[in-house]
Amino acid sequence: MRGLRITWAVLRKDLLLERRSFELLPAMALLAIGTMVVLKFSFDQDEISGSLAAGGLIVPLLFAALLGISRLFAGEERDAGIHQFLLSPAPPGAILAAKVAGLALVLAALEVVLVPAFGLLLLGPSLFPVLPQVVLVLILLDLTLATVGGLVAGMALGTRSRELIVPIMVVPLTIPALIAAQKALAPVLAPGADPLVWRWPAVLAIYAVVLALVGSVVGEYLVED
Amino acid sequence: MAHPTTTAATPHTPAAAPDAAIVATGLLSAHGRRPVLRNLDLRLGAGETLALLGANGTGKSTLLGLLAGLRSPHGGALRVLGCDLPDERWALRGRVGFVAHQPLLYRDLTIAENLAYHARLHELPPSRVDEVIELAQLGDRRDQPVGDLSRGLVQRSAVARALLSDPALLLLDEPLANLDPVASDLVAALIAPRPGRTRVLASHDPVGSLAEADHVLVLGPNATVKYVGPAAGITPADAEAMYR
Amino acid sequence: MTVRALRPLTILTVILLAVGFGMAFFYAPLDVDQGFRQKIFYLHVPLGIVGLCGFVLGGIHGLINLRTGSPESDLRSYVTIHIAQIFSVMVLITGSIWGRTAWGHWWSWNEPFLVSFLIVFLMYCTYQPLRLSIDDPRRQARAASVFAVVAGVFVPINFAVVRLAAQQLHPRTLNSAAEGDMPGSVLLTFLLCFLAIAVLYATMVRYELLSKSTTFRLRALERRVGGDDLIPRRSSVPQA
Repeated sequence: MRGLRITWAVLRKDLLLERRSFELLPAMALLAIGTMVVLKFSFDQDEISGSLAAGGLIVPLLFAALLGISRLFAGEERDAGIHQFLLSPAPPGAILAAKVAGLALVLAALEVVLVPAFGLLLLGPSLFPVLPQVVLVLILLDLTLATVGGLVAGMALGTRSRELIVPIMVVPLTIPALIAAQKALAPVLAPGADPLVWRWPAVLAIYAVVLALVGSVVGEYLVED
Repeated sequence: MAHPTTTAATPHTPAAAPDAAIVATGLLSAHGRRPVLRNLDLRLGAGETLALLGANGTGKSTLLGLLAGLRSPHGGALRVLGCDLPDERWALRGRVGFVAHQPLLYRDLTIAENLAYHARLHELPPSRVDEVIELAQLGDRRDQPVGDLSRGLVQRSAVARALLSDPALLLLDEPLANLDPVASDLVAALIAPRPGRTRVLASHDPVGSLAEADHVLVLGPNATVKYVGPAAGITPADAEAMYR
Repeated sequence: MTVRALRPLTILTVILLAVGFGMAFFYAPLDVDQGFRQKIFYLHVPLGIVGLCGFVLGGIHGLINLRTGSPESDLRSYVTIHIAQIFSVMVLITGSIWGRTAWGHWWSWNEPFLVSFLIVFLMYCTYQPLRLSIDDPRRQARAASVFAVVAGVFVPINFAVVRLAAQQLHPRTLNSAAEGDMPGSVLLTFLLCFLAIAVLYATMVRYELLSKSTTFRLRALERRVGGDDLIPRRSSVPQA
């Protein structure tokens, strides 16, 4: 209970800071949409569907998430936020939990822009009929990306070459989630809009839960110096 | 390691002296491979004030970071408010007020937002924020972002932040630096000695800090200790001379 | 621990390897479909399984390090992961050779065992860079231990997901001998090779532990003789 209250306090502070500076979300959106344009030309097809379309949504999202993850503790770094936090009696894991929640919210906000852009720029079949399935898969993917991101950003705290370490650690760790999201979205985005194979959202959910459990056991050790 | 042995520096068995706020024995700390503090023995009773003197780069801020539990010693033993550091760091958290070089405030948040955040971390009622703002006379600036404030106002906000939880140990890193006389008097009153408040006061002003101190620690270059002992054993002129 | 104490283990390893692979070549029957090239199965698969268990073991030592803060468990975590990394390079190489002889390609995305190993290998490639980029030994040990735990949990999940994804598209072709009706002589040979590789892993871990801890003791003595140098130099290796 106390942990949740502190997590909420940190999350509120982070959202306030992001609202005030408003720099991360626009940068992530620009990178993601730019990547979609690149993919459009590298696929070199009039309209894409199925597996290619799933990749066209997931890859820009991954790039944007990488940007978000490497900036996850930027605000804390600028103003010695970890020290501020460690001078209080708050449980150390709470700051990591707040970062995970904040990143998941930022990714969700990003998708509000990204999914329509994807429907306009890349996708051949209409997006509307399959929107609920796409949203469901994306929410699960957000949770996984955010958990991986929180853990990796936590590990990279206090490293000298964060911008090198974070992406090379995030990419392999997210591959199972990306495979599952790709497999889930590919039939949904196919021309006939095949039904969702429930196995894959389940895999995503299980991965997110396992990571969150591991994180809740080991995460607190990352915020100690 | 040659430093004057004093009555203050009696190492070992902190349990035998429950009223000691700080007990350091053979403390070692380094930046990279360069030792900054070495073989430091120190003992400060609860409610006492330690004046921490020394030129730039002699490890004053490092020692304060160690005492706050924000750094881990590389060797020796350190016990602060009855907690062995770094192993019992969790028990120390929330009991130390730290006015550091950095204000430890978010520059994009207002004074009130910063203090409200810290109040939530410390689980203090919101009314405590208003009290502290009142105390530091920041009422008319409370809704300005910290990044827009003058150095003096930032320092006052940092002191207000450090006092928020009414900590048992107050660590002060040059709290009066860059303040005009009026602000300086105001801050000095806020951080003045009080019953039950142990203070470590790092400064470059031997006259002012020795007047308030019970004990003195003068750090020298290359991780040396120039003087450690009661304030009565050293004059401001001696302390001044140790800088050279 | 001294080198002398490791002698029985070393001799056992050599004997097991000789017997195991002797049986693989002269006792186990030639595979009906694949012929002689199937022999690499007795090396490739045990290396893979032992390597994966090594990564998981590294995670367990990492968890112990987080719980107790003991530098020895960090060193154990480091060494078990390091030897598992070497094994996984061997898995990729032997798998590639097998693929080349079986289908004429050095690499196949249809083989989940290989693909999973590539992902796991990429994951663990970041272990040493992570360690090296953290100067403070205590913090380094903690971040590396968290990595070891997370990655140790990641290894089996990754395998399950890759396998699930591959199954949906392609029938598995490669490890027909590993599934279903394995003749008794093949099974016996495989188990013996597996044991040999597992003991080889244990021996390599022992040797590296001994080498690392001896190096640290030597460095610590050098520092004491040298006097001034109190703090160990920056390193990606645990300072146990």
